[in-house]
Amino acid sequence: MLKVEICGIEFKNPVIAASGTFGFGEEYGNIYDVSKLGGISSKGLTLNPKEGNNGLRVFETRAGMMNSVGLQNPGVDGFIKNELVKMKELDTVVIANLGGGTMEEYLKGVEKLSNSEVDMIELNISCPNVKSGGMAFGIKSDVAYEVVSEVKKICRKPLIVKLSPNAEDIVDMAFKCCEAGADSISLVNTFKAMAIDINRRKPVFENITAGLSGPAIKPVALRMVYEVAKAVDVPVIGLGGIVSAKDAIEFIMAGATAVQVGTANFMKPDICLDIIEGIEEFMKKENIRDLKEITGCI
Amino acid sequence: MENSKLAYTKENVYENVRINDSTFKIVIKGKFEGTPGQFYMLRAWAGEPLLSRPISIHNLYGDRIEFMYQVVGEGTGILKKLKPGDEIELTGPLGNGFDVSVIKGKVAVVAGGIGTAPMSYLVKSLEGAEVTAYYGFRDQVYCLDEIKDSVKELNVSTEDGSTGHKGYVTDMLDPGLYDMVLCCGPEVMMKKVVDMCLAKNVDIYVSMEKHMACGIGACLVCTCRTRSGNKRTCKDGPVFRGADLIF
Repeated sequence: MLKVEICGIEFKNPVIAASGTFGFGEEYGNIYDVSKLGGISSKGLTLNPKEGNNGLRVFETRAGMMNSVGLQNPGVDGFIKNELVKMKELDTVVIANLGGGTMEEYLKGVEKLSNSEVDMIELNISCPNVKSGGMAFGIKSDVAYEVVSEVKKICRKPLIVKLSPNAEDIVDMAFKCCEAGADSISLVNTFKAMAIDINRRKPVFENITAGLSGPAIKPVALRMVYEVAKAVDVPVIGLGGIVSAKDAIEFIMAGATAVQVGTANFMKPDICLDIIEGIEEFMKKENIRDLKEITGCI
Repeated sequence: MENSKLAYTKENVYENVRINDSTFKIVIKGKFEGTPGQFYMLRAWAGEPLLSRPISIHNLYGDRIEFMYQVVGEGTGILKKLKPGDEIELTGPLGNGFDVSVIKGKVAVVAGGIGTAPMSYLVKSLEGAEVTAYYGFRDQVYCLDEIKDSVKELNVSTEDGSTGHKGYVTDMLDPGLYDMVLCCGPEVMMKKVVDMCLAKNVDIYVSMEKHMACGIGACLVCTCRTRSGNKRTCKDGPVFRGADLIF
């Protein structure tokens, strides 16, 4: 009833734990059976391990939060050797989220992950491009096109490209990523945002800007998912402020085949289970037998 | 610390005691797990504020758990208004806690302000040690009565001089007299105590506090810098070896 399929991979339900808030599933696995999830997208990996940012990494806002973790992660090799082994013991779809600072890092990372046991690769193009003074790969469509097309040449797993809402033109970005060969599009990552400490007269974050997530971004994320789903033919995975089954269903009706839940995990550790249950209840109430009946029905 | 006892549950407030205008103690009846220095993520609201709040275990008894907290913002502002019977969500026990098995000999427990809260549970658990407490406050004092029977000596300082020594807790402390120091309080205070201990080659453990999101070790926002890399305050800590920390 809740099953969905993306790129030939079956998800027992459309709820995936979003990258960044869930680690590799181990910690939340101590609180509930995370095999009940449709899938887990790993903490964002980079080719080499990263220590992440110094200073404050989290700041609460109205209906949301900002984070500046800086992609602290064990590196692709470390992940494959350690965390992936434990993830594969779970009965859920394993998605490796991969970022990079240069084209070379993306390619080497994708090569290694293609040889591993991950089910899918989610390409994080919100990373700053070292060569262009730190502007993220996912801002200009032609830059993203280049990365995705080079990655696609060597990628041997279904490739999801995760879009940044800071893209100059999110629909054109999605379109170009599909032209470059993306098998699926997930959106949105965090919004570039800021807060200022008026007593210290400085930005709250050492990096000045940070990523905004949570219920605050949902109306904008939903609009973007709707517009992108209309423009592309590949399955779309929607995320951005989903904290309830109702939110998830909105994204599905807007065109998402599956959804990801991130920041909501901080509100209630097993909120993903509530969301899965709530979707099922809605389907029963509305006599919906297959989510395809309402996917993109708007 | 093992995770098999980690749980998310919905409980009811038994009592919410006013200690002073900005310090309160919530008592929840039931059977709970936890060791000294561990904490729980508390939540007594729906969506706003977004995040739950990490509060140390103040006391743990067979039939109840107690959290003492300072009202500093939105979340603790809501906790302050809770009444008996109100619902409160708990995720825990979390963190590593103090390793009571290595705490022996002459021990100094040094705490400042709300940092005295977790020390109540700790001090009552230190049976194999001779404990001297050094508690410092701005003005109003608390947590003194409940530890005075468990310690060899209790030294109190207040910045305004209203109780005990006028000044800081660090004025009263000579780490050289002790085998080990255990510390919790404002970071500025803990850094000073760590420096004092390292200068006299005395082992020190401190309980760090950071803003947290997940509280269980998944999201990496509560990082603490140490000489062996970035650690998660909620999972690898909150108790760290003073010598390892980079303040």
